[in-house]
Amino acid sequence: MEAEIRLRVDGTTHTLRVDTRTSLLDALRDRLGNTSPKKGCDHGQCGSCTVLLDGRRITSCLALAVSHDGAEVTTADGLAPGDTLHPVQRAFLDQDAFQCGYCTPGQVCSVVGMLAEATDGRPSHVTGELTGPVQLTDEEIRERLSGNLCRCGAYVNIVAAVRQTLAEEAP
Amino acid sequence: MTGTPPPAPAESGRPRERLDGPAKVAGRAPYAYEQPVEDPLFLFPVRSTIARGRVRWVDTEEAEAVPGVVAVLTHLNAPRLASRDDLELWVLQDDEVRHHGQFVGAVIAGTPEVARHAASLVKVEYQREWHDVVLRADHPERYRPDHVNPSFDTDTSHGDVDGALADAAATVDQTYRTPVQHHVPMEPHTTVVRWPGAADLGAVAMYDSNQGVSPIRKVLAPLLDLDPEQLWIHSPHVGGAFGSKASPKAHHVLTALAARLVPGRPVKCALTRQQMFGNAGHRTPTIQRVRLGADRRGRLTAIAHDVVEHTARFKEFAEQTAVATRTMYAAEHRRTTHRLVPLDVPAPVIMRAPGEAPGMFALESAMDELAVALGMDPVELRIRNEPDADPESGLPFSTRHLARCLREGATRFGWADRPPAGQGRRDGDWLVGVGMAASTYPLFPQQGSRARIRALPDGRRQVEIAASDLGTGTWTALTQIAADALAVPAEAVDLVIGDSALPATVGAGGSSGLSIWGTTVVAAARAFRDRHGDDPPAGAEVVGELPENTAVGRYALHAFGAQFAEVRVDAVTGEIRVPRMVGVFDVGRVINPRTARSQLMGGMTMGLSMALHEESVVDPRFGHVVNGDYAGYHIPTNADVGDIDVSWLDEPDPLYNPMGSKGIGEIGIVGTAAAVANAVWHATGVRVRDVPITPDRLLGRHR
Repeated sequence: MEAEIRLRVDGTTHTLRVDTRTSLLDALRDRLGNTSPKKGCDHGQCGSCTVLLDGRRITSCLALAVSHDGAEVTTADGLAPGDTLHPVQRAFLDQDAFQCGYCTPGQVCSVVGMLAEATDGRPSHVTGELTGPVQLTDEEIRERLSGNLCRCGAYVNIVAAVRQTLAEEAP
Repeated sequence: MTGTPPPAPAESGRPRERLDGPAKVAGRAPYAYEQPVEDPLFLFPVRSTIARGRVRWVDTEEAEAVPGVVAVLTHLNAPRLASRDDLELWVLQDDEVRHHGQFVGAVIAGTPEVARHAASLVKVEYQREWHDVVLRADHPERYRPDHVNPSFDTDTSHGDVDGALADAAATVDQTYRTPVQHHVPMEPHTTVVRWPGAADLGAVAMYDSNQGVSPIRKVLAPLLDLDPEQLWIHSPHVGGAFGSKASPKAHHVLTALAARLVPGRPVKCALTRQQMFGNAGHRTPTIQRVRLGADRRGRLTAIAHDVVEHTARFKEFAEQTAVATRTMYAAEHRRTTHRLVPLDVPAPVIMRAPGEAPGMFALESAMDELAVALGMDPVELRIRNEPDADPESGLPFSTRHLARCLREGATRFGWADRPPAGQGRRDGDWLVGVGMAASTYPLFPQQGSRARIRALPDGRRQVEIAASDLGTGTWTALTQIAADALAVPAEAVDLVIGDSALPATVGAGGSSGLSIWGTTVVAAARAFRDRHGDDPPAGAEVVGELPENTAVGRYALHAFGAQFAEVRVDAVTGEIRVPRMVGVFDVGRVINPRTARSQLMGGMTMGLSMALHEESVVDPRFGHVVNGDYAGYHIPTNADVGDIDVSWLDEPDPLYNPMGSKGIGEIGIVGTAAAVANAVWHATGVRVRDVPITPDRLLGRHR
C-alpha cells in the first residue's frame, strides 16, 4: 500500500508516494537522497538516525513516514547551510568529538534538541529539582545524550563539545 | 607557484583538525550505502535457523509472487564460485549449513521494504544434525593448532615451571574467562555491487565498508573468477570496523552473486544490526589458566599461561591470547599454550587487540592477585619484573618505557594516596576502590605496499595509496606525514585513499596502518624528490615501495602503557561506576595528537566496556546469539563513561619506521579491563575472574 505525503526537509518541500511501511529514516535516505541521518540499528537503540522533527529530536527509524505528513524535518545537513557549520558542529570539530563519524550527525541533532529541552526547563533522570531552570552539569549532559551510542568511544570529547557550545552561548 | 617551496613547518606532532571533519559533522561524507548509484535494487538475506545440517528443500514461490521482487537466490540457482578454499565465503554453493544464521538465500527487489517482506516468505526445510556451540576447557575435540594468529608459535616453554612454582614463596593459580564479544561498529556491514551490463566493458563496481580495499580485492576477485582489475572497490569512509571489516565476509559474496543475476543494476546490501551478530565475525571466548610464582621480594620465577578458545569447525582462527605474556615480565621458567575447540559457530575473527585484550585481562588480573599475596604495591611489582631484553626471544627492545609509563601514570592518578590494599574507601552507599594494569602491543611486520606521488600544477602534490580511514584519522595524519616527507605545506597535499585503483597496500589492522602507509609514502617522497627535485614540473610522478624493516628480527618491537581506574560500587545494588581512568602510553612519536588522543581514549572506553558490559550470550539449543542487538549487547553510553586522562611519553622509536611512531589503534583497550577488575577487588574484596563484571557477581559477596 502506498500513500502520498509532503515533507519539508532542511527547508525544501517534497511531495512523494511511499510504501506505508517506509520509516521516516528510509524515506529520507532511500527516497529523498538525504543520507545525513544514519542507519545504525533501525530499532531506536543507537540514535544514529536522530533528526529534529518540528524542532524536537526523534529517532527517525522508529517513525513511519506516513505518520508525519506535513512535518518539518531538520537533519545535521540542514544545520549547516552552505558551508557554514552550526556552533554545535563547530564544537564537535574543535573537540574532536567523533572518530568514524557515523553516529555524528545524530549526535549533533541530539545535542541541538537537548539544549532546547534544557532551555525549556525539561528535567532528566538525574535532575534534582524538577521545576525551574536546568543547570547543564556534566552529569546532566551525559544523561541527556545517552540515547546516542558511539562505538569509537568519543563520549568524553562529546561532553567537551557541549561544554564549549554552552560557554559560547553564555551572555 | 614556482621556485623552491618554502620550508614547511613540521606537520608531524601538530594537532591538526580532521580534514574529513566538516563533511562528517554535517553527514555529507558518503559511506558505502550512500554512494550515488543509478536505479538500485535491494537485497535482503534469508538466514538458517539451525546451527548444523542440510537444506532439504526451499520454497520460493510465495516470495517470487510479491510485486517488486526481481529474483530469489538459493543454492539451487546461485552462480558458481571459483574456489572452495574458504568455506565462510562458499555462499549458496551447496546445501550444507555450518552455523546458525548462515545465508541460505536472498531476495532482491525494487525497494528495501519489499525485499525484506519477501525474504520472510521464503520457506526452508532443514535436515537438522547434532551441533555443539559450547566451549569447555576439557572438550574432547580440543586440539593444538599449527600456529596462532597471524604466525606466532602455538606453544612456548622455557625451564621448569612446575619445579619453580613448587619452590616459590608466593604463587597464583587461577582461571580467567572472557565471553564471545562482537565488534558492533556503528555502520553496519554494507556493500553495493554493480555487475557490468552486456554492452558494458567496465569492471565490477563495489562500494564497500572495509578496512582495506587491496586485501579485500585480493580474496574476492579470484573467488568471483575475475582478474584483479576487473573488480573495482571504493571505500573512502568507513563507519568503524574494529577488525570486523578486515577480511571479506559472506555478505560480499552474496551481494556479488545477486548482482551477477541482474547485470547493469546496482544491488545494495546493508546487514541489519541483528544479522551482524551472526554474519560479521566475533571474538572467541577464552578460558585462561594463569600460574605465577615469585620469590619473597616479588621477583617472578615462573609464568605459565594456558589458553583454550574456540574456532569455527569449518574455518580455523586461533587467537593469539597468551602471546603478550611472552614479552611482559622477566622470569626464568615460563610457558604459554593455545588449544582450540572446533564448534558449530560462525567464524571468529580479529577484534581490537586480538590476543592482547583477553590475554592481558588474565595476566594483569593475576599480577594483581600476586601483589596481594606478596603484600606489595602492584605498580612496584611490575617495575621489579622489568626484563633487560625480550624474555623469550632474547632480543633487545627497540625501546621499552613501561616503567616510566607506570610511574607517570601513578603520579597523574594519585596512586600514592590510595587506601591500603583490601581496604577500599566507603562513601555513603558507595564502595570506592582503585586498580591498575599494564598494556602492550607489538609491531606486526608487513609487506607489499606502494604509493604514487604526482606533481600537480601550482606546486601541489597528489599522494595516492589504497589506505583506509575507519575513524582512525588517516585522511589527516597521512597527509601530515606526506607534507613533511615532501617538504610542502599540508595544504598543498591532495591525499587520495580508499580505492582499489590506487597503488595497493595493506589494510588497517594490527595498529600498523599508519606505520606502513606512512613508511611507504616517505619512501615514495624520497624517490620523488631524488628524481624530480623540489620544483618538479606538473605531471612528474614516482611510485615508491615499502622498504624492508631491517629492525625486524634484530629487535623486539612493542608499544607499552599503564592504565589506572577508580571504581565505585553501590553496596546495595551492586551497580558499578567508573568515574575516572588514566592511561599513559609509550607509543613512539605521535603524528597527530588530536586524533591520537581520541583513538587511545576510544580504546580505553572499549576496555571499560569489556570490563563491565560486553557479552554475547549464545543459546546452546539453537546456536544463535540471544542478545543480538544494541538493546541486549551492551556497550557504554555517554552516562557510563567518566573522565579519561590520556597522555603519552614523547619518545620516538626510529627502529619502528622513519616517522618514529609505534601504533595506537589497539593498545588503549589492552589492560583496561584488568585495571577495572582490580579496582573492583580493591573496592569490594570480591575478585571477579570473568568479564563482564555485572552487579550480580558482587551482590551479597562484598565486605
